[in-house]
Amino acid sequence: MDSPAEPTGTALAEVFGAAGPSQGDGGPDLIQLLTPEGERLHRDDFDLDFSAEQLRGFYRDMVLTRRIDVEATALQRHGELGLWAQLLGQEAAQIGAARALRPQDYVFPTYREHGVAYVRGVDPLKLLGMFRGVDHGSWDPAEFNFAQYTIVIGAQTLHATGYAMGMQRDGVVGTGDPARDAAVVAHFGDGASSQGDVNEAFIFAASYNAPVVFFCQNNQWAISEPFERQSRVPLFQRAAGFGFPGVRVDGNDVMATYAVMQAALQHARDGQGPMLVEAFTYRMGAHTTTDDPTRYRLNEELERWKLKDPIARVEAYLRRNGLVADGFLEDVAAEADALGHTLREGCKALPDPTPLSMFDHVYDELPDELVAQREGFADYLASFEGASA
Amino acid sequence: MSAALGTRITLAKGLNHGLRKAMELDDKVLIMGEDVGKLGGVFRITDGLQKDFGEDRVIDSPLAESGIVGTAVGLAMRGYRPVVEIQFDGFVYPAYDQIVCQVAKIHYRSRGKTKMPIVIRIPYGGGIGAVEHHSESPEAQFAHTPGLKVVTCSNPVDGYWMIQQAIACDDPVVFLEPKRQYHADKADLDESAIPDPLFSSRVVRRGSDATVLAYGPTVRTAMKAAEAASGEGRSLEVIDLRTLSPLDLAPVYDSVRRTGRAIVVHEAHVNLGVGSEVAARISEECFYSLEAPVLRVGGFDTPYPASRIEEDFLPDLDRVLDAVDRSLQF
Repeated sequence: MDSPAEPTGTALAEVFGAAGPSQGDGGPDLIQLLTPEGERLHRDDFDLDFSAEQLRGFYRDMVLTRRIDVEATALQRHGELGLWAQLLGQEAAQIGAARALRPQDYVFPTYREHGVAYVRGVDPLKLLGMFRGVDHGSWDPAEFNFAQYTIVIGAQTLHATGYAMGMQRDGVVGTGDPARDAAVVAHFGDGASSQGDVNEAFIFAASYNAPVVFFCQNNQWAISEPFERQSRVPLFQRAAGFGFPGVRVDGNDVMATYAVMQAALQHARDGQGPMLVEAFTYRMGAHTTTDDPTRYRLNEELERWKLKDPIARVEAYLRRNGLVADGFLEDVAAEADALGHTLREGCKALPDPTPLSMFDHVYDELPDELVAQREGFADYLASFEGASA
Repeated sequence: MSAALGTRITLAKGLNHGLRKAMELDDKVLIMGEDVGKLGGVFRITDGLQKDFGEDRVIDSPLAESGIVGTAVGLAMRGYRPVVEIQFDGFVYPAYDQIVCQVAKIHYRSRGKTKMPIVIRIPYGGGIGAVEHHSESPEAQFAHTPGLKVVTCSNPVDGYWMIQQAIACDDPVVFLEPKRQYHADKADLDESAIPDPLFSSRVVRRGSDATVLAYGPTVRTAMKAAEAASGEGRSLEVIDLRTLSPLDLAPVYDSVRRTGRAIVVHEAHVNLGVGSEVAARISEECFYSLEAPVLRVGGFDTPYPASRIEEDFLPDLDRVLDAVDRSLQF
């Protein structure tokens, strides 16, 4: 019954502490600029000066992002959405990563990057439309440099790498022109890190030195499976094996996430190749509205993470430093209320697609046989018109 | 920079010249795959292209099929037209998810905003004495997937034209190449000719007693069968389907309405193969013209066997003629 290949609990604990590769609080390599209590830390690397306006902007972004999430969750409970993938608790990771982008950068999201979508200018109603089931995501990726949500876990990391390879061929990497040089962000989660596609994306990006930043929101849970099921090592350490730098940042710290992502993106834009950024965060809600986290995790874990809330710490910092004068917090709250109202009304008003529209865009050039199938279905539908109920 | 063409070319040469032509016409055309660079591919289909177009356009990929197709998706989003080579039919499955969930659906998902002009070249079919996974015919897997177009060439001249047409197509195309034919028969190429449309089938031999439908590697088999049958006084019409999704069956219906009999021949397993769909459609469209049930001749519903008995697995001249006999005797 020996299983010598299996590391023992003791061995793992020796390396990573009793909490395993998640290292509980993120471990000694965690990059943090703002503590959960709102205390500003300084470092030799990955540090930046933030203006008060910038910090208030982060706060506003995170409050509005949370409101989108809370409203959407409520709309699902009211039967207006079929499903919603919650981001509660991951606002700092997403806003920090998104605000570090330049207009010419390109983003490949999973299905949970609502905060990134909002920063890129995608109407949140279009996110709701997808989860309501009126379409598969109706924004134009080219308009926002924000690809469509990808639901197959990890598949988009390869698209991101290929897109970055295209940027290399277009000569928009490493020219030294800040308005021209571009990079790609590939979003994924801790569960996706086990996927072959993600590992292949690492290999392709390393092999071609592609300008892509792999941004992993390690929210500790892949539906019901804890991070320890995915990895025996802290995730950011995997990058070394692929031949590029990896760092772990406090994903609940918007300042640190922004600073690290700005550096990682510049590294990529300069032509120095890929980086892995592990944003250490926590999924405070469920995986989606169909999930029940009480079946697999302890409430005390959630309570512990609530103390690390990404919005509360920025608010504490702003208050402590006297940066919230003139009704700023109230204005943001009112703006969030207005956004909530708009989403509630807008969601209910989203029109259902017509049955025949299912045939649209299957191909750029629709084959005759599919045209005939559509016409047959149209005739069938028309045969009911005028018939008594 | 086009290489001088001998008038007589093999399928391998036809494809190679077609790829070269497409790359000359449009600098967004890229070639990606395992060993496609210096080596020119294991079948030499991309021979010389990296030397002339550079490593940025003829890309030797890491050995990961999902990675090859997945990065091609990203390049297509950026405005490129990747031509991906899967080294062998049986190695396409690691990329299956990217092909059916991404390549096939991104145009639909985006309501037409994101085009996917990717060509996925797959050498397919048996008869080369290979080990497992090197002789399969996966066409039905892709023809069953809305969003993909699936075509297959059977001869050198079609190889030359069809690969260029597939690359010019804004929809994703799975391009199946009968590997046994790569270096087999030669044919005359007239570059000034006007090719048939890509998504069209073609009557390749006129006949009146029965219609034999084939594609890719079995066109040659069907033609030989027709030749042999003519010696016995039987006139077989042979149609090269060429396109498997969409199917172009109007010429097939015309033919079957004249002959009253149809036999579909492919190397793929008969069960739920392309022949099953063709048979169903013929019976829907030509019911009153049929003198016999539509028959299917193909690989048995076993995994591809060890190569010493592969010729027993593959439909050959005799099995086609046997089916013709059964049809005529019905």
